[in-house]
Amino acid sequence: MNPHFPPGPPPYPLGAPLVRREGREKVTGTARYAAEHTPPACAYAWPVPATVARGRVTAVDTAAALTLPGVCAVLTHENAPRLATADDPTLLVLQEDRVPHRGWYVALAVADSLEAARAAADAVRVSYATEEHDVELTTGHPRLYEPETVNGGYPATRERGDFDGAFADAPVTVDALYTVPPLHNHPMEPHAATAWWSDGHLTVHDASQGSTKVCEDLAALFKLEKSDVTVVSEHVGGGFGSKGTTRPQAVLAAMAARHTGRPVKLSLPRREMPAVVGHRAPTLQRVRLGAGRDGVLTALAHESVTHTSTVTEFVEQAAVPGRVMYTSPNSRTTHRVVPLDVPTPSWMRAPGEAPGMYALESALDELAVALDLDPVELRMRNEPDTEPDSDRAFSSRHLVGCLREGAERFGWQPRDPRPGVRREGRLLLGTGVASATYPVLIAASAAEAHATADGGFRIRINATDIGTGARTALAQVAAAALGVPEERVGMEIGSSDLPPAMLAGGSAGMGSWGWAVHKACTALRARLRDHVGPLPADGFTVTADTRQETSERSPYSRHSFGATFAEVQVDTVTGEVRVRRLTGVYAAGRILNPRTARSQFTGGMTMGLGMALMEGSSLDPAFGDFAERDLASYHVPACADVPWIEAHWLDEDDPHLNPMGSKGIGEIGIVGTAAAIGNAVWHATGARLRDLPLTPDKVLPYL
Amino acid sequence: MKPFGYLRVSSVEEAVRAAGEHPGARFLAGGTNLVDLMKLGVEEPRTLIDVTRLPLDRIEELPDGGVRIGAMVRNSDLAASVPVRERYPVLSQSLLAGASGQLRNTATTGGNLLQRTRCLYFQDTSKPCNKRLPGTGCPAREGVHRDLAVLGHSQHCVATQPSDMAVALAALDATVHLHGPDGERSVPATDFHRLPDDHPEQDTVIRPGELLTAIQLPPVATGTRSRYRKARDRASYAFALVSVGAVLDVRDGVVRRAALAFGGLAHRPWRARAAEEVLQGAPATEDTFARAAEAELAAARPLRDNGFKVPLARNLAVGVLTDLAEIEDPADPGPSRPA
Amino acid sequence: MEPTNQPAAEQRSALVLHINGTPQRLTLDHRTTLLDVLREHLGLIGAKKGCDHGQCGACTVLVDGRRANSCLLLAVAQEERQITTVEGLAEGERLHPLQEAFLERDALQCGYCTPGQICSAVGMLREVADGFPSHVTPATADPTVPVELSTDEIRERMSGNLCRCGAYPRIVEAVEDVAAAGADGHPAGAAGRPGQGVA
Repeated sequence: MNPHFPPGPPPYPLGAPLVRREGREKVTGTARYAAEHTPPACAYAWPVPATVARGRVTAVDTAAALTLPGVCAVLTHENAPRLATADDPTLLVLQEDRVPHRGWYVALAVADSLEAARAAADAVRVSYATEEHDVELTTGHPRLYEPETVNGGYPATRERGDFDGAFADAPVTVDALYTVPPLHNHPMEPHAATAWWSDGHLTVHDASQGSTKVCEDLAALFKLEKSDVTVVSEHVGGGFGSKGTTRPQAVLAAMAARHTGRPVKLSLPRREMPAVVGHRAPTLQRVRLGAGRDGVLTALAHESVTHTSTVTEFVEQAAVPGRVMYTSPNSRTTHRVVPLDVPTPSWMRAPGEAPGMYALESALDELAVALDLDPVELRMRNEPDTEPDSDRAFSSRHLVGCLREGAERFGWQPRDPRPGVRREGRLLLGTGVASATYPVLIAASAAEAHATADGGFRIRINATDIGTGARTALAQVAAAALGVPEERVGMEIGSSDLPPAMLAGGSAGMGSWGWAVHKACTALRARLRDHVGPLPADGFTVTADTRQETSERSPYSRHSFGATFAEVQVDTVTGEVRVRRLTGVYAAGRILNPRTARSQFTGGMTMGLGMALMEGSSLDPAFGDFAERDLASYHVPACADVPWIEAHWLDEDDPHLNPMGSKGIGEIGIVGTAAAIGNAVWHATGARLRDLPLTPDKVLPYL
Repeated sequence: MKPFGYLRVSSVEEAVRAAGEHPGARFLAGGTNLVDLMKLGVEEPRTLIDVTRLPLDRIEELPDGGVRIGAMVRNSDLAASVPVRERYPVLSQSLLAGASGQLRNTATTGGNLLQRTRCLYFQDTSKPCNKRLPGTGCPAREGVHRDLAVLGHSQHCVATQPSDMAVALAALDATVHLHGPDGERSVPATDFHRLPDDHPEQDTVIRPGELLTAIQLPPVATGTRSRYRKARDRASYAFALVSVGAVLDVRDGVVRRAALAFGGLAHRPWRARAAEEVLQGAPATEDTFARAAEAELAAARPLRDNGFKVPLARNLAVGVLTDLAEIEDPADPGPSRPA
Repeated sequence: MEPTNQPAAEQRSALVLHINGTPQRLTLDHRTTLLDVLREHLGLIGAKKGCDHGQCGACTVLVDGRRANSCLLLAVAQEERQITTVEGLAEGERLHPLQEAFLERDALQCGYCTPGQICSAVGMLREVADGFPSHVTPATADPTVPVELSTDEIRERMSGNLCRCGAYPRIVEAVEDVAAAGADGHPAGAAGRPGQGVA
């Protein structure tokens, strides 16, 4: 019998509040991010963004830049390495003269120092043939069309029953337009890459949520085998979707390194990020609800209009949550999109659900007011037996439990439903509620579990820890599956040389990775149990992947649910809205590490607070770019904006998910929070504001 | 950013002389705005003259009861100064309402007053801007201008002056001391910043080669109270949408003296003389305060998207004056903080 | 002979910077910021570049004990200043109390703003000890007495450090823990009375 087995009950089972493994490196400043590798002879790159919104580059004059001291090269579409085609055309940088939007990169300066690279980029003179541009999204835009599918692969349009008839017949209706402006992920670490070539092998340290895909993309673009490319994302300074797939910095750094024969480091300037790393597309959402006097919905329509770029189609799936949330025998959920001369939108935390649930949950609140019914009660009365759109059973659904527990913890009752009647000096106070949901996604991943001869274990999987605590929670999954103390488990993640795995996105990381780790560890444990005598010197290694398990579509509708409660104060002198407290209660399967999970939930709620009160940029009609591109003009919440926030969760046992029973928690916190805050602003003031963010210029006219 | 020379000077005379000898030179103090603008390519000095070691880092109490603030005094030191907090709360509050702890530790009094507009077009060298490149136009007039001016703007520029401190100094009738090639001079703080008219490239009346050396505050009459209040998009670390600095002396229910200045409304701190005329000698009531604010703001010419600033300024002024007037006990050092 | 790949002689300087107690002799392009010296020349990657424009606080270091945004400080102007980075806070293997508190409270997620938050908190606690008021300090507060560090005070004073992961509530708790223990790592009043000029 192996001396390290049989294992007893693990001393650190799943669900223990372990401190994150890389925490010490992070608090001492030794955790190394993508731009913090400086190989010998490393050069620095600085991009040159287009200064027209649409047109062609007619000439690039690099002479002045190249004469500056320390400048090695200026890459343009005329001299940059040729790339093969990519499935994401935003990666085809410096390949042709077309300028699809302002801020698109048209050149890249490379120099011995950051200072010289910046100066060289400033000195590049680009001439353009400009064409008329259009960046203005309207509900009546003549080029709007209905796409086949929207982000996530959902059909753009779903119809059930007879919405028009039911809405016309409904005794109580709501018909309102909600707008969400362009939003920017703005992770604190700018997108950055350090790249070098060595004997034909490309190595890139990239700020990415998933280096498996970056490796595949770079291999395809540079016509290499995947084994010729290593992409490392050991520590990543947040992403929130904007580092979900490959971004231009990895391609540009690799191109510049090939062109110059030197390692090249590229960190995107903060104010250039909104143009090249994706954004949450603006949405204009019309929601119509029809209900009986008992509050039960008879008709639900959610119609979303949004933009994409001329480079590629990305459609924010804002109307999708209406297919899941409530009883709705007659329903229409649609998306229309118009390609404008704008930067390409992409994922931002809870794409679809975040803006869509803002609109739907605000409309629910309006319906509650119209019915003179408590908004918590209204939601409970519309709890469906099965997923309305598919009629599939829910694998687990505890929205009602979240609403009940949230109301209890928040102190929702007694609540005077009248708006504008709670005064505290010059402040008006109000409370609001909204539901939250997020789908359970899962993707195939591979993992390797290794037992060393001295009784240790090493888990290798290309998971990414973008701040979620994945490294720690995966060690817990492994320890639990192996039945050993967590300290004996070493984790290797964040490199494409490791077994390929899902990216950290779609709240699907932990479920996808954990399943593979669990499978590998379970197999290793069985092998060790069967083994007699000491282990061989090089230990045992087991690999596993979950292609089989994840290829089967679940017969269940699988979603997390939650409820957010907000209390706000509105300053009647200034129109300033501040949140006093937020309570979130979630049903998200099994929580693997409560310490880091709480941070995920409250972090998402904080981003929802920003969405409600301060975040948003405008597309400048004359110039075609986002006007607010830096952190002084695009406001994200500061410490003073974030009051008492609490997140709780229900113990939810769902056998239809994965071996851990987890649902994913990275995104649901942002969902519903903006609606809860907006609904609280109505309760405080009586003003129904449907255009985010709720800044003083919008609020003051109603006070 | 283009390469530049760097000099460190140890006296005001040396600084001024160096500026004369180095065309295209700029003085470097805290650098929190200058270095920012150099990175943006808005400022391209050929030489930086580091004035941070000049002996201008003292806050002196003057025999007449006033205070003289050296131009190199850091914003956080000025905000914490006991005589300033006791006699000029509006000044301390204005500083603390601006920027962040880090920036206040670095930024100087002189640099704060000389900071440049945060108009998005001014900061973007790929776009026209009359302030940055005279004659190229002002896209803000028809563009993104929610944060820009409603008073005193011109066809050529609708920028706002961003300093909170400057608003307090305008309300306090401070004096700005300058030292240039032709010697020393002083300018009232209310006249230091300009309106844009035909020359938006000139923020202030400072002349080429002049160094801002000190700010002087006149003594305040006993019984005078002052306060600063600012409205902004987030609770901290944001520029003002609108702010107000007010100095008020009320006796027996009548306004003996009032000074009012607005921030976020114009190309300079907007001293509200018309409002002060209404206030002078009038009963200290909310009605008086409202009439005063409205008298001042009657001249407002909002742009398409910044009309909210007019009622916001009115409300802020009425709110601050009401708060200041409500406290009758002259022994009380002042009203409590804004909620 | 002049190296050809450097700016002209009058555009760079030889100087000594004092980083975490160690003098560093460097020849620097005048354009180089303190942040870039730390990260690119000295391998001290703790101070982070989040915005490079003083808008996020990720680059916060202590300059003569006071917190500052190193992205806006030209290195050439920092001679004679004592610079402390996050790498200079721990004593050997013993973490600074704020580093311990950030770990225990999970006051970090992605970790990119964390060194700046911690340096900022160290500087902030010293500012409080030195009697610096804040935007939320009551106007009625006695200016000669140090401010009581309420939760609101911590939130306001830490607002120069943005955290996109939203770790703020945990950061405030971590700072509260250390403030309550009186363990700011510096003797109170070391910078002298407020308003007495640059320390």
